[in-house]
Amino acid sequence: MTSETNSAARKVRSGVSHTLLVIVAIVFLGPLVYAVSTSLKPADEVFTPTPHLFGSEIRWKNYADAFTFAPFDRYFLNSLLVAVAGTFVVVAASSLSAYAFARLKFRGREQLFVLFLGTLMVPQEVLIVPMYWLMQALGWVDSYWALILPWAFTAFGTFLLRQFFLTVPAELEEAARVDGCGPFGSFFRIMLPLARPAIAVLTVFTFISFWGSFLWPLIIINSVEDKGTVPLGLAQFVGQQGTQWNLMMAASVMAMIPTVLLVVLLQKHLVRGLLVTGLGGR
Amino acid sequence: MTTNTTTVAPPGAPEGAPRAGRRPALRRDGRYASIFLAPSLGGLALFTLFPTAMALGISLFDWPVFGTRSFLGFGNYSHLLHDPVFRRVVLNTVLFVVLYVPLNVVVSLGLAVWLGPQIKGRQVFRVLFFIPVMTPMVANVMVWRLLFQPGGLIDGGLQSWFGIDAPNFLGSSNWAMPAIVAMSIWQGFGYNFLVFSAAIDQVPQSQLESAQIDGAGPLQRFRYITWPMITPSMFFATTMTLITSFQVFAQPFILTQGGPGVATQTIVMYVYNQGWQFLTMGLASAAGWVLFVIIMGITAIQFFGQKRWVNYDV
Repeated sequence: MTSETNSAARKVRSGVSHTLLVIVAIVFLGPLVYAVSTSLKPADEVFTPTPHLFGSEIRWKNYADAFTFAPFDRYFLNSLLVAVAGTFVVVAASSLSAYAFARLKFRGREQLFVLFLGTLMVPQEVLIVPMYWLMQALGWVDSYWALILPWAFTAFGTFLLRQFFLTVPAELEEAARVDGCGPFGSFFRIMLPLARPAIAVLTVFTFISFWGSFLWPLIIINSVEDKGTVPLGLAQFVGQQGTQWNLMMAASVMAMIPTVLLVVLLQKHLVRGLLVTGLGGR
Repeated sequence: MTTNTTTVAPPGAPEGAPRAGRRPALRRDGRYASIFLAPSLGGLALFTLFPTAMALGISLFDWPVFGTRSFLGFGNYSHLLHDPVFRRVVLNTVLFVVLYVPLNVVVSLGLAVWLGPQIKGRQVFRVLFFIPVMTPMVANVMVWRLLFQPGGLIDGGLQSWFGIDAPNFLGSSNWAMPAIVAMSIWQGFGYNFLVFSAAIDQVPQSQLESAQIDGAGPLQRFRYITWPMITPSMFFATTMTLITSFQVFAQPFILTQGGPGVATQTIVMYVYNQGWQFLTMGLASAAGWVLFVIIMGITAIQFFGQKRWVNYDV
C-alpha cells in the first residue's frame, strides 16, 4: 500500500467521522432545540402535521405568559430561596467537618470518617418515610425548613473538601500556628481562601441538585401555589387536559437556563464535580 | 472530648515530633474537632442515621399516616412478597436497569473512545452532553413527553418524511418502557461520557502510537492498552449507574404515571404511591428497605467481582 492511498483513506475516514459527529450532535440537541422552538410558537401551532422549526410568529410573549398561566414567579423565588439556603448549609457544615477530618487529630477519626462515608450508601427512598414522620413531629410539613434542612447534611461535601484540604501543605498552617493562630484562625484565614476552587465546585453542584430536586418536594409540600418549587410547578400540568405546551416549554427552558449557564461557566471543573453530581442528586 | 492516650500515632501526624509534646495537641485538637464536627454529625445523626433505623422500625408496623399503629412483625414484607403489583414493579425496575445500564455504558464509552484526545473541540461535546445531566430532571422529562406525544416531533417527523404513523409511545405497553429508557439515556449518558473521557485522557499517546507502529489495529489497541487503564473508571461508572438506575422515579412518574396499567411503575413509584396515595407508611417503608437491600447486594457483588477485571496498578 502506498502512502498516498493511506493518507487518502485517512482523509475519507476523518471526513466520515466528522459527519457522523455532526449527526450525533444534532440528534442529541434535537430535544432541546424542539423545546426552545415550541416555547416560541403560538398555542395552535404546537402540533402541526409537518414539524417546523419556527411558527408563523416568534412569540417571546410566551415567556411572560408562563408566569401568569401558573405562579411561576413564585416557584422560581421558592426554588432560589431553597437552593441558596440549602447550599449555604451544605458548604458550611461540610467545610467544617472536612477540616476536622483532614487536619485535626482526635481519637476515632478514621472510624468516624468511615461512618460518614457509610451514610452515602443509604438511598433517599429509604429515608423519605421516616423523614416525613420526623417532619410531622417537628411540625415542618409544608414548610421551607423541610425543603432545606433534611438533605443538607451529606458526606459528599465533606469527602470532596477533605480531599482538597489534604493537598494543602502542612507548613502553611504550622507557620501560622507559631504566630499564635488557632484551628479556627487557620481554618478561616488559610484553608478556606485556598479551597476556593473546590468550594466553588461544591457550591455549584449542590445548588443544581437542590434546584432540580423533585421527589421530596412532591411529598412534603401540600400548598404548591405557595411553597412549590419549579419542578413541582412543572409537574402540576402533567395529565391536565389541554396542556399549554408552548407555555410549558417556555417554563421548562427557563428552569434549565440557570443550570446550563453554570455548567458552561464551570466547564473546566466538571470532572471534579462528578462526585457531587453522581452521588448527590437529592 | 476524648483524649488520646494510646501510643499509636494517628495517620497524618507530623513525623519526628516528640511524642510527649503531642498529647496536649491531641487533647486540644479533640476539643476543636467536636466543634468542627458538630453541625455535620448532628445533621447526619438526625436526618440520616436515625431515619435509617426508624425506616426499619416503621416497616414492621401497620403505620397509617393518621390513626392507630399496630405491630405486624414481618407482615409488610410478606405482603410485598405476595402483592402482584409489587412483583410487577420489581420486574419493571429490573427491566429498566437491564436495558438502561448496558446501553448507557456502550453509548458513553463508545463516544468517549471515538471523541478521543485527537478530536478538536471535544471539550464542547463534554459540556454539551453534560447539560441534560444538570438541568432539572422534570424539565427534561417534560420536553420528552411532548416529543413522544402523538403529533409531537417523533410522530410528526415519521409521518411527514416517511409517511408512517409512530406508535403511541407512552400509551402502549410495548413502547412505554423503551421510551423511558431512551429518554433516560439521552439525559444521563453525559455523566459517564465525562468519566470515561477523563480516564482516556490518562492513557499515554506514546504507547498507543508505538502499538500502532507494531501493527496493532484499533480494536487491539483498545483491548490491550486503553481498556486495562480505564477499568477503575469503568467500575466506578457501572456501580454508580446501577445504583441510580434502581432509583428511577421522575421519568416514569411524569412520562407515563407508571402506565399503561402498572407496565412502567417502578419500585420508588410504589414507595411513593403506598406512602402518599394510600397512606400506608409501613408498607412504603418496607418497599424502601427492599430497594436498599437490592442496592447493597448489587454494590457488594460489584465490589467482590472487581478483582476479576479491575486493574488498579497500571
